[in-house]
Amino acid sequence: MDKRSHWLLPEGIEEVLPPDAERLDALCRGVLDQFRAWGYELVVPPLMEYLETLLAGTGEDVALQSFKVTDQLSGRMLGIRADMTPQMARIDAHVLKRETPTRLCYLGTVLHTRPRNQGGTRAPLQVGAELYGHSGPESDAEILVLMLKTLQLAGLRELHVDLGHAGIFRAMTRGMKLTPAREQDLFDSLQRKSAAELHSSVRDWGLPAKLGEPLMQLVELYGDAAVLGQARRALAGAGDEVRQCIDNLARIAELVRRQVKDAPLYFDLAELDGYHYHTGMMFSTYVAGEGQGIAFGGRYDDIGAAFGRRRPATGFSIDVNLLFGRAARASPPRSAIYAPVSEVPGLVEMIEQQRRQGEIVICELPGHEGDIRAMGCDRELALEKGRWIVRRLAGK
Amino acid sequence: MSDELTIAVSKGRILNGFLPLLEKLGITPQEDPTTSRKLILETSRPDVRLVIIRASDIATYVEHGTAELGIAGKDILMEYEGDGLYEPLDLGIARCRMVLAGPENERPVSGRLRVATKYIRTTRAWFGDQGRQVEIIRLHGSMELAPVLGLAHRIVDLVDSGQTLRANGLVPIATIAEISSRLIVNKAAMKMKHGAIRPFITQLAGVVGA
Repeated sequence: MDKRSHWLLPEGIEEVLPPDAERLDALCRGVLDQFRAWGYELVVPPLMEYLETLLAGTGEDVALQSFKVTDQLSGRMLGIRADMTPQMARIDAHVLKRETPTRLCYLGTVLHTRPRNQGGTRAPLQVGAELYGHSGPESDAEILVLMLKTLQLAGLRELHVDLGHAGIFRAMTRGMKLTPAREQDLFDSLQRKSAAELHSSVRDWGLPAKLGEPLMQLVELYGDAAVLGQARRALAGAGDEVRQCIDNLARIAELVRRQVKDAPLYFDLAELDGYHYHTGMMFSTYVAGEGQGIAFGGRYDDIGAAFGRRRPATGFSIDVNLLFGRAARASPPRSAIYAPVSEVPGLVEMIEQQRRQGEIVICELPGHEGDIRAMGCDRELALEKGRWIVRRLAGK
Repeated sequence: MSDELTIAVSKGRILNGFLPLLEKLGITPQEDPTTSRKLILETSRPDVRLVIIRASDIATYVEHGTAELGIAGKDILMEYEGDGLYEPLDLGIARCRMVLAGPENERPVSGRLRVATKYIRTTRAWFGDQGRQVEIIRLHGSMELAPVLGLAHRIVDLVDSGQTLRANGLVPIATIAEISSRLIVNKAAMKMKHGAIRPFITQLAGVVGA
């Protein structure tokens, strides 16, 4: 490798340096403490698993996103986790096997073969919370509220939660009896809100108006809470299942608003991000000034089935690095105490006492280069009348 | 939050087709974009500005959110790999066709077909759908030369009148897609600035094809 570039990192792989790393750690701790206070138990899932385990119950996109290696011990394929949610589902269904609702949370790096968007990371630091064992709107609301509180904890303002429901598109297409390729076409058109292409698909395939009309209405159904009312009218002919999905969203929104006044809830009934494993409410959260979403989640009741136990499940995850990048930046400069080399008694005890009080104490290394201020020291331990005291550094 | 809108658009056919649509909405650039060398153009509406960008870069700017809106040919969008874009409106401007073309008096090709194009992804997908394995040669311009000089058997390129094809002894063999320019929108902006973007789309839809 070229000597001039051998220190470069791979694309989409980043490091966090001082003083940011310390603040990142503080943010992570704050988030995990909040999860703990809500009853979410911390789980540390493995970095790699058998590929088939990692991919069970997930879509093709997760398979593409996973780095794979051959296990020298078993000859089987191993995958490095690209998402921790399926690991949580496995742990809930197969390892913990509790009867009660189970609240789990996690923090760790996942790896993606490709960045989600150009110039994006391939190693998100994922933090998230998952709630198993309850299928009602109350658990979805709890997850949404916890997600909002987590973003607020990081100091984020001007949020925008975009709610959709996987059941709406699923119910609509079930009646159409389409080939998987055509269903994929519709899915793509909806994802791009391309009314023109939806229109030509519906026309070219000769779909009956009763089925085609509601589908074309979907691309218009986004915006604030008024959307749900519009949806009830526009999709009145789309059947009971669609109506139940809309009711479900309305109920979840009501429960969230009861806990977070002015919750920034919006709706987009054509949004299908994560559709391939979600089964109910799903959401993306955006923050002003950012072109991409910052937190994602939703209900995924079927994943557990792949591990022998179908359990209702809902949850969210956030890339902490992204969160950190947007969090309010106000870190005071490092303020450390410099301890000289000395054999005068009392110094060791003084250093320990200062450290116990939370101070940073840096010990002198005789003959070192550079100024001690450059190491972040603004005070020093000094002898005054035979006693060790802390004093400001002289000068400046 | 400001609800200012930045529209990314490329010079040439797309800009020439888009400006009359904007004008029908009462929006005109403060300077004549065909003569100005500026890349950011304020318009008669203080909350709308145009940025002039190379056609193939428009999707990148919009996906990133640097520009909330953009005008991009369907050919570029089919080739684009990201999924962070909405394309709610077909503007019906800068129309042409993406075709597979080859020599007029073609001899049967033995072995694997070589196709020259700048639309790598679209070409691979189109042949893939037919179960045909082809070798794709990436070129950036003057596709028509490739079959003439024996670099490739076929080309995939945009065709308007078909004159360039004929002049080089090529004929269209199949239409891969009808191309026109689309309004593209950044996903986050569509949600967070829906108060500004939605009326803009509705107004624009009202003057398209009118």
